[in-house]
Amino acid sequence: MSSVWKYVAYSGVIAISVVAPWALPAYQTQLAFLWVMVLLALTWDLVGGQMGYTSFGNIVFFGLGMYVTAVVQRNMHFGIEEYVHVAGAVETLTPQEYITGLFVGLGASGIAGVVLAGILGACLLATGMRGQYFGICTLGLGIAAGELASGWEYIGAGSGLVTPVFPEGLGQRGLFFYYIFFLLTLMLFLTLGWLYSGHFGLAINAIRDDEDKAEAMGIHTTRYKIIAWCLSAFFLSVAGGGVGHLVGFIDPTEVAFAGATFGVWMILMAILGGKGTLWGPVIGAVIFHFTQELFWTYLFGWQRVVMGAFIVGIVVFFPRGIMGWAGDRWPERFGHRTTG
Amino acid sequence: MGNILILIDAPIFTLQLLIDGILIGAVFALAAYGMALVWGVMKIINFAQGEFVILGGFVAYWTCGFGINPFLSIPIAGLVLFAIGWVLYRLIITRIVEGDLFISILATFGISILLQQLMNQLFGADVQTVESGLGTWFLFNDRITVLQVKVVAFGIALCLGLVLSLYMKKARLGQAIRATAQDSRAARILGIDTDRVYGATFALNAAICGVLGALVSMTWVVQPFMGLAYTVRSFMIVIVAGIGNVFGVILAGLGLGAAENFAGFILGAEFQTAFVFSLLVLILLWRNSLLRLQRRYLQ
Repeated sequence: MSSVWKYVAYSGVIAISVVAPWALPAYQTQLAFLWVMVLLALTWDLVGGQMGYTSFGNIVFFGLGMYVTAVVQRNMHFGIEEYVHVAGAVETLTPQEYITGLFVGLGASGIAGVVLAGILGACLLATGMRGQYFGICTLGLGIAAGELASGWEYIGAGSGLVTPVFPEGLGQRGLFFYYIFFLLTLMLFLTLGWLYSGHFGLAINAIRDDEDKAEAMGIHTTRYKIIAWCLSAFFLSVAGGGVGHLVGFIDPTEVAFAGATFGVWMILMAILGGKGTLWGPVIGAVIFHFTQELFWTYLFGWQRVVMGAFIVGIVVFFPRGIMGWAGDRWPERFGHRTTG
Repeated sequence: MGNILILIDAPIFTLQLLIDGILIGAVFALAAYGMALVWGVMKIINFAQGEFVILGGFVAYWTCGFGINPFLSIPIAGLVLFAIGWVLYRLIITRIVEGDLFISILATFGISILLQQLMNQLFGADVQTVESGLGTWFLFNDRITVLQVKVVAFGIALCLGLVLSLYMKKARLGQAIRATAQDSRAARILGIDTDRVYGATFALNAAICGVLGALVSMTWVVQPFMGLAYTVRSFMIVIVAGIGNVFGVILAGLGLGAAENFAGFILGAEFQTAFVFSLLVLILLWRNSLLRLQRRYLQ
């Protein structure tokens, strides 16, 4: 594909994305979640696919961002006691207040995500925890975070936290968050595209292939690992903050630290599309998000069982995902040599 | 934290917590023994370990629904889980053993999700328990209560552990399993059918979990989403004790049971699960820092 056509295709995708919520006003929230899904898959793939650290606890950052954003916005405009007791319905915020609170909160959640990722990275990655140990440790972190959040009164404990009501003057809630998630995901995609094409991408791929050799070659593996983990955490936290406000209610284990839904989906989407590729997670997320509706409608509660079977099936029989399969099928289009 | 004072003022309470903790610890230890078996032989950490335990509990609960004696349901759960383990091995595990590390992590993780949601669909998300029909012992002027079924479960778990470690030493298949754990390639050269050994190991582990699950359903409760806690506990015990150290596994298991009970009492029951998972992270960090001194890594 010549570069002119590539830019035409890219601008086409962007144009469709900008117009989509206006063309399908009934599905604005669904479309907003489509971008969230793409973002989740991409952030998982950065660490789990490109760097080869299978993490089951990325949901920690998602939930953290959700709580930080909501708490910052709450504390900026309400007394804590009055807020907790009447569950957020004290008075509605003006659009001005809501926007300031939301963006300060999103900024704070991004910082909180990076700080937490830095601390966890210093504890786990910098000390050289790898493979299955890293997987099970992050799995434990995800569950522990949910349990701690459901025991902490300040953030509403087990009964959850209601985010401030979306003010009337800002138009439709779905549309507003659609553009937030669209821009965030676009930013993430461009950042990753730029990083993967350069030295950073090669370095983390080297870590995935053989960490000891990468280190012996003079790559600062610890630095790259922590940067990748922080980058993934930053976008996840900010997205989490937005999702909390879009859903409107933060339940500690069902929405924020939702290991059984978002936590599993992000892995499934990335491996479905093909882990370790830039476009794989995007394709996986789009396919998953659209077929998910079908599953949810026709399987009557069995969809999560099917999801587990699906993970096993993909991993065992189709481990390289759609992009990997396409790369094998049409190697010339992906710049691979057919020999050697 | 005020509860610490209660423990100091009333030492009898400490004894009560200790007894309960040690009784449950035997179950943890045996689950960890099974995990270490699969880990040592197949080099796979079974993320679905806890789901096997809970599934065994639900099998016992289900068979007891037909009016079968609860103690008869223990071997039934073991047999059913043995079959399930064998089928899972034939369908899935055989394709990932000796394969890519990422694949084995993700595949067993997928199996755990699958089983968890399957139980949720079949048996509902409610907490279930099986009535064993045994009574309670009162000791020290009724200050300490010991459920008889917990003592029985403790005894069964320890006996099973003993039988298993004897089996590993004496029986042909047990010896083959140990040989494969030492060096699978050499074992194959010496004529051991390693594929069969892997299958037997995985199914045996599932059967152990099934028996434990039946015991858990009688002494405590089972619920579809409780499995992960058992996976994490087994994993912690194996990390602390090391693979192939039976005595260490028992000690670590009993210790974990007691520690968890005390933490639940001191921090409040709502933080007991959080304690288990936080402890996992701490233990991993500790283990990691020890290995780091020798410039080795956990992997």
